[in-house]
Amino acid sequence: MKVEQISVFLENKAGRLAEVAQILGENGINIRALSLADTTDFGILRLIVNDRKKAKEVLKNAGFTVGITEVIAVEVDDQPGGLSKILKPLADNEINVEYMYAFVEKSRNKAVLIFKFENIDKAIEVLKANNITILEGEQVYNL
Amino acid sequence: MIFEPEYECMPLDELKTLQLYRLKKQLRRVYEKVKPYRKKMEEAGIKPEDIKSLEDTKYLPFTTKDDFRENYPYGLFATPMEEIVRIHSSSGTTGKPTVVGYTKRDLETWATLTARILSAGGVRKNDIVQIAFGYGLFTGGFGLHYGAEKLGATVIPVSSGQTKRQIMIMKDYGTTALVCTPSYALHIAEVLEEMGISPDELKLRVGLFGAEPWTENMRQEIEKRLGITATDNYGLSEVMGPGVSGECIEAKSGLHIFEDHFYAEVINPETGEPLPEGEWGELVITTLTKEALPLIRYRTRDITKLYREKCPCGRTLVKMAKPSGRTDDMLIVRGVNIFPSQVEEALLEIEGISPHYQIVVDRKGYLDEMEVWVEASEKIFFDSMRKQKELLDTITEHLQQALGVKVKVKLVEPKTLERTAGKAKRVIDRRDLPKYVPEKYLKEN
Repeated sequence: MKVEQISVFLENKAGRLAEVAQILGENGINIRALSLADTTDFGILRLIVNDRKKAKEVLKNAGFTVGITEVIAVEVDDQPGGLSKILKPLADNEINVEYMYAFVEKSRNKAVLIFKFENIDKAIEVLKANNITILEGEQVYNL
Repeated sequence: MIFEPEYECMPLDELKTLQLYRLKKQLRRVYEKVKPYRKKMEEAGIKPEDIKSLEDTKYLPFTTKDDFRENYPYGLFATPMEEIVRIHSSSGTTGKPTVVGYTKRDLETWATLTARILSAGGVRKNDIVQIAFGYGLFTGGFGLHYGAEKLGATVIPVSSGQTKRQIMIMKDYGTTALVCTPSYALHIAEVLEEMGISPDELKLRVGLFGAEPWTENMRQEIEKRLGITATDNYGLSEVMGPGVSGECIEAKSGLHIFEDHFYAEVINPETGEPLPEGEWGELVITTLTKEALPLIRYRTRDITKLYREKCPCGRTLVKMAKPSGRTDDMLIVRGVNIFPSQVEEALLEIEGISPHYQIVVDRKGYLDEMEVWVEASEKIFFDSMRKQKELLDTITEHLQQALGVKVKVKLVEPKTLERTAGKAKRVIDRRDLPKYVPEKYLKEN
């Protein structure tokens, strides 16, 4: 049910993101989804990749600070109202979304939403009760 | 004008006789009343009566900041607490601050000596003195305050900060003498310009600056931009605070040490050997008249040289060159003394913080800015922005409390921190500070 996401600490300096991308590319790691949160001084890069263990290893070896966080991936139809359908029951149950990002899966006409919750287990319970499709880790890594 | 010509212009032989008399008296007192000193002297196999000349001082053991730490807070005091009427201390909540005490007579002496400094720097009875040093445990504000009052000048105890208010007061109250750090004086000049006020609209005449090292270039710039005559003065809280030495307005070169109250030596910081006049080394001070906290051969860690020359002001007192550089790794940021170890200790108090950090000091405009770069190790890296910022705030607040100075904390990638030969480089100082000191005495930061 849970997906492991890689987080990388980045200083706000030109070329840092490019360096991460290059390291991953050179090591044959494919990025499935990413989001970047930033402040004036630093940023946090969040990535879902096909091989998270290797990604963590190669980035750490290159001197980056890397963390692994559990998130969940939810699949919805790629049409208006898709996101709302998911957020409504979460709000009703007072579950806070810490952050989220999304990408569209063209081939299946679906959107995949990545969520970080403070209480991930409770969130899963609520989503399941509302018949929302939660993707398995392997499904996401191999999209 | 000379505040106490009977002492400040004493013939050299009389001065030395007075010094020796006071030194012997001080030593007897210290030996009798301050256990840690007695112990040190016993270990060195020396008794007060062994000191028969000023030169014999070299046989006495040194006193260092460590002695203050080991005897924290009052262990070095020579008088019972009921005779202590004032306490000052170094900033910082980490480690042990240096605590100093004063008897009533000490405070009188102190006021007299800062009055001498003010007088040497051109302040007169009819001057209005704006003291923009911090008032509090720091000795700067109170030290000069009472001296200015003793001199009979009008004191405006505005304390530090709030530059626009300082300027308003300066303009409206007719300030003629400014007392602060040299970098703050330049900051005031800058803000004056921003506010579109020309120095001609002010009555400022003289400025007395201290608490941090500064260059001749800075002096020229302060004088030009504020339209004043600027002099340097020196002191340290352990010895007394401001009032140890000061420049005269006539020569503006070299700081006259008040030798009737302090016996000064310059030593080779590595061997501890006293150096002849004219040679650069570490300043060592023995107090001759202090009651509460007499100090024997206190190692100031400041680098200077001593020299005697006929001074146009008429003072016969020895001069010390503008202090430049330290024999330890202490930094002076906006007049506040900071040791890298304080930063380290403060960081280690926060859970999860690795001891990898770097201090970067720079001068933005004319004010010192201190950044502490902390390695964002895995333990303190959160995937959540909120937690990350909370951590940053915690570190910032903790450091500011510990150091007593504004700090900007930056989280950096581990590899950002410069390492030289595998050893972490703790301090990067980008300021233009006085550097006319033999390299060998400058300890690498």
